[in-house]
Amino acid sequence: MRFLQNHPQLLAQAYNLTRRALLLVRGWLQPGGRMQRAFVAVEAVSKGALFDCRMCGQCVLHSTGMTCPMTCPKNLRNGPCGGVRLNGNCEILPDMPCVWVLAWERSKLLPVYGSQILHVLPPLDRRLEGSSAWINDFSGAADRAAAGWQLP
Amino acid sequence: MRSGSRLEKALRAGRFAVTAELNPPDSADPQAVYDRAIVLASVCDGINATDASGANVHMSSVGVCALLTRAGYEPVLQVSCRDKNRIAIQGDLLGAAAMGVRNVLCLTGDGVGTGDHPEAKPVFDIDSMQLLRMARMLRDEARFLSGRKLDAAPRLFLGAASNPFVPPYDYRALHLGKKVEAGADFVQTQFCFDVPRLRQFMATVRSLGLHQKVFILAGVGPLRSAKAAEWMRTHVPGVVIPDEIITRLRQAAPGKQAAEGKRLCIEIIQQVREIEGISGVHVMAYRQEELVAEIIEEAGLLPAPTRSRRAAAPAAVRPRTAKPKLSQSTSQQQEHPN
Repeated sequence: MRFLQNHPQLLAQAYNLTRRALLLVRGWLQPGGRMQRAFVAVEAVSKGALFDCRMCGQCVLHSTGMTCPMTCPKNLRNGPCGGVRLNGNCEILPDMPCVWVLAWERSKLLPVYGSQILHVLPPLDRRLEGSSAWINDFSGAADRAAAGWQLP
Repeated sequence: MRSGSRLEKALRAGRFAVTAELNPPDSADPQAVYDRAIVLASVCDGINATDASGANVHMSSVGVCALLTRAGYEPVLQVSCRDKNRIAIQGDLLGAAAMGVRNVLCLTGDGVGTGDHPEAKPVFDIDSMQLLRMARMLRDEARFLSGRKLDAAPRLFLGAASNPFVPPYDYRALHLGKKVEAGADFVQTQFCFDVPRLRQFMATVRSLGLHQKVFILAGVGPLRSAKAAEWMRTHVPGVVIPDEIITRLRQAAPGKQAAEGKRLCIEIIQQVREIEGISGVHVMAYRQEELVAEIIEEAGLLPAPTRSRRAAAPAAVRPRTAKPKLSQSTSQQQEHPN
């Protein structure tokens, strides 16, 4: 697992392949359906193992060097806080490396998506917690930021 | 001018600005706030009211700021994302602006574990970046995050925090760029005890052109003793104090550590002042507020006697509405030192 996490380019490729495969069956992927339950179960296991996924339902792994930002105890989506320890560990969980220190290092390894870490991401839609990020991606729910955010 | 803030005015005029931190009292007595403000205001362009810093509960920053504006002071409202969700924060921004607050510092906030209620629920509904963008939305588009229109937009000078002294070092300036993109007009940094590190950071900031888009105030403060410095660097998240600093304090003559800490602070102010792109200093003197005036004066930052600092309201800009007696007397005493 650690090997994959430190090679985000492989994870990004796997993501792209999965997405292309799922696009073929996107008609079946509707929020609330039976597929949703199956996807939630599969995502919880697979992404749980790979990313320690917290099922926020709005994957932004490309913006974070394929490092899940929701493992940050402050749920920061836009970069590290000012409390990072000198050894690069978390202010709140001293034995855990700061998610954003890892995200930054790994972002440098992503040739295509690496600069995404510089974009400001919108607040989470908390209603999507526990739902399938794939289905939210295809239905557009994951990209639907609060109305005010999307205005110019 | 985006806000009508006196801090913004000072910065835009190119004056080396001074802000200082006021630690809110554990009290419901307004006098406790005024007692602390009075020692700061004569030398500052803005007074920061902290928002339960270190996750310890004190009088709220909105409350402190409301008291300060009533007395004609220039507060900087600190807002952290730890205790309030997007609904509460937007309401507070409107309320504070209605009370005359013109400066807001947008923070993520320390974790609850460091404070006096470690069993509390941390909120972190949004992060400081989203908070900045949301505040800018209220100000520039007169809209809530929901998209709903405001009848009157708050006029705010938006601040962000930056900590160049902790990892990931090579990302910190880019992170600041992101905050500028999100809406930051000014920045207050974490305590600077490592000037070379700040110089390095500022070199990157300048290469990104950020110093022309945002006013950067370097965080400084006096250390009371070597022991206090040791305690701070182990217990206060994000504060980095190099060993040389602690050694220097320890080598001071017995009973002279506090004086050495003050001298050190003055030296750091003079050094950061020379860095291109640094527009001012933010003095954090926890429980040593009385030292701030001396530090600013001895660092040579007091303006000429005719141009008083404006955290205390000069007569000309005092609101015309009736004010409580107390505030008038404090304002008058304020101007005296100048």
